[in-house]
Amino acid sequence: MANMSLQKHPMPEQDPQVRAGNFKEVALGYTPEIAVEEAQRCLHCKNAPCVTGCPVNVPIPDFIDKIKEGDFEGAYQVIRSQNALPAICGRVCPQESQCESKCVQGIKGEPVGIGRLERFAADTAMAAGKATAERAPACGKKAAVIGSGPAGLTCAGVLAKAGWDVTVYEALHTAGGVLMYGIPEFRLPKALVEREISNLKELGVKIVTNAVAGKAFTVDELLEEGNDAVFIGSGAGLPNFQKIPGESLCGVYSANEFLTRLNLMKAYTFPEHDTPVKIGAHVAVIGGGNVAMDAARCAKRLGAEVTILYRRSEAEMPARAEEVHHAKEEGIHFHMLTAPTSIEGDENGFVKSIRCIEMKLGEPDERGRRRPVPIEGSEYELPMETVIVAIGNSPNPLIKKTTPDLPTEKWGGIQTDDNGRTGKKNVYAGGDAVTGAATVILAMGAGKKAAAAIMEDHPA
Amino acid sequence: MYPIVKKRVLNETVTLMEIEAPLVARKAKPGQFIIFRIDEEGERVPLTIAGYDREKGTVTIIFQKVGYTTEKLDTLNEGDSLQDFVGPLGEPSHTEGIHRCAVIGGGLGVAIAYPQAKALHDAGAEVDLIVGFRNEHLIILKDELEAACTNLIIMTDDGSNGNKGFVTQALQKQIDAGRDYDTVIAIGPLPMMKAVCEMTKEPKIKTIVSMNPIMIDGTGMCGGCRLTVGGETKFACVDGPDFDGHLVDFDEAMARGRMFRPEEAKAKEKLMKTHTCRLTGEER
Repeated sequence: MANMSLQKHPMPEQDPQVRAGNFKEVALGYTPEIAVEEAQRCLHCKNAPCVTGCPVNVPIPDFIDKIKEGDFEGAYQVIRSQNALPAICGRVCPQESQCESKCVQGIKGEPVGIGRLERFAADTAMAAGKATAERAPACGKKAAVIGSGPAGLTCAGVLAKAGWDVTVYEALHTAGGVLMYGIPEFRLPKALVEREISNLKELGVKIVTNAVAGKAFTVDELLEEGNDAVFIGSGAGLPNFQKIPGESLCGVYSANEFLTRLNLMKAYTFPEHDTPVKIGAHVAVIGGGNVAMDAARCAKRLGAEVTILYRRSEAEMPARAEEVHHAKEEGIHFHMLTAPTSIEGDENGFVKSIRCIEMKLGEPDERGRRRPVPIEGSEYELPMETVIVAIGNSPNPLIKKTTPDLPTEKWGGIQTDDNGRTGKKNVYAGGDAVTGAATVILAMGAGKKAAAAIMEDHPA
Repeated sequence: MYPIVKKRVLNETVTLMEIEAPLVARKAKPGQFIIFRIDEEGERVPLTIAGYDREKGTVTIIFQKVGYTTEKLDTLNEGDSLQDFVGPLGEPSHTEGIHRCAVIGGGLGVAIAYPQAKALHDAGAEVDLIVGFRNEHLIILKDELEAACTNLIIMTDDGSNGNKGFVTQALQKQIDAGRDYDTVIAIGPLPMMKAVCEMTKEPKIKTIVSMNPIMIDGTGMCGGCRLTVGGETKFACVDGPDFDGHLVDFDEAMARGRMFRPEEAKAKEKLMKTHTCRLTGEER
């Protein structure tokens, strides 16, 4: 008999006052008891609408059934059959706009906590050391994957499971891409990412770090060296700036730089780790996406008073509602309908304040979001020592430059069909390099589709 | 891991190392750089490629002990390994169309100026190589420098080699004497490059500088290395490191270069506390 409670079991979390001072994970995860109870809220609908909301088609009612039965490892294996990185997706997928948005329980009450259950299954299997997957015998095919972020790892995982010989090339010194340098420890523990990556290695995936595509080697060389297919999952690329005065002052970071210093280089432990991060008592974060929330919450944990400046209203914020909620709980200030006009510096070239103007919402733009319009005479100045710019990225030029016959969009993204095939033979692409900045799960979905296309085009 | 196959102390503050890094050596070109990391806790530090041997699969770096990481690097020896060594990064220097040039190196810049001068000299250009040191004991790579140019002019701040003055004064003398350079290449500390650019602006001599700002990934992702060049934001790691020196905002670059100075001092303290001198055995 299904549990007909209208509410999801709340996620146990670190107290906001406490967690705002540490980098430990915010969400603590369900206990087995809570997980079984939450699983019993699933109605196991025959047509499984939730699955249609999942970019990688996890058989959601099936894995939840296993949790109901108390077979947590079985639940993990069901998820793993379709999803290469369950512990990661359970944490960073925007379930509220995907699987959970289709849940029948969500019509009258709250949807089943699918993401929380996925995380529970993955964490439990990993803790028990049972998180491995089956591998098909070697099929004699070989692929190179550029980039070890969510798109690349997923593509590599699917191909390896099917018996392909796969090598992943990563530009940084650590594999994981945005999962390692971008998303903070308190939202996605790095030990867990490392664990998922070592699972892939167990599947036979080789990972070469310190290998920059477009510099140390080209896509054509990878093809000449005997790879049947090359997948490009090189990520979002160069950080955008607003082009307002003062962006080169000391104390202005791109969110990429700020987060990389903290997450990849562990600057929050400086001087234990050698990379420093300099942060003042007052920090402004410009932008309203998940990256802006991550940057703001990191700055808060370093002891700063943090203000997010966003030029539209909260309704238009691209960040997940949960992230905004967490940020507010932790005491981060939000200045909505506010656009910075300049950053002012002191005599030594360090940030001392930010000048802003208030906005109002005008006519909708081509994407239907109401365009912000400045309110004349509403300028004001906020004292700041640090400004973090989180307004998106532009594609990295390195691969495009050295692969002239790879068709790209006007804005620089790689052109592909719906299954990740580029305009260049045997070359596939997916993730932010194709779509521009998006989510981990969309990148994983793209990696998975491209792997299917690669296998279809290169039958064993 | 990337083994150190050769170490050569060039003077009291400058050291040369040859690192086994076949992936880098395979594609390296003059003007490009690498990023290294000593160990798991280490920071990523960019260094210009001073030379490479494609057959041996090695890359040569020359560094000055200026901060925590370079001090620590200098404690390593042949047989030790670096945790990370990635490259070649940045755009190679353009040597086409250069027929008569002055290559100017100040301090450690000499090490970087050397491969550029050599590449130009090998390509048949007339190269005046003007290098500067604080005193004659600090002069490095003299034989190599001599073989890489048409005229070698070595200046010392204190005149101890009999040639007192700064590299800028030597350049001015050459220009005044009627050397009509089509290009000047300046590599070294920011104030030196700025002074050279001010000098060559009026006679309208094309001047290339090699920028070495603070950076993390070196592939365009962090944007920490941004510079203002001709009023536009450029990333030294993907757009450079070479730029038209007359367009570079040096004052901004100098201010940005000072951003982490207090942290650098703090990190160095750590090294001082833990470093045991291998010569005397005393704690330093």
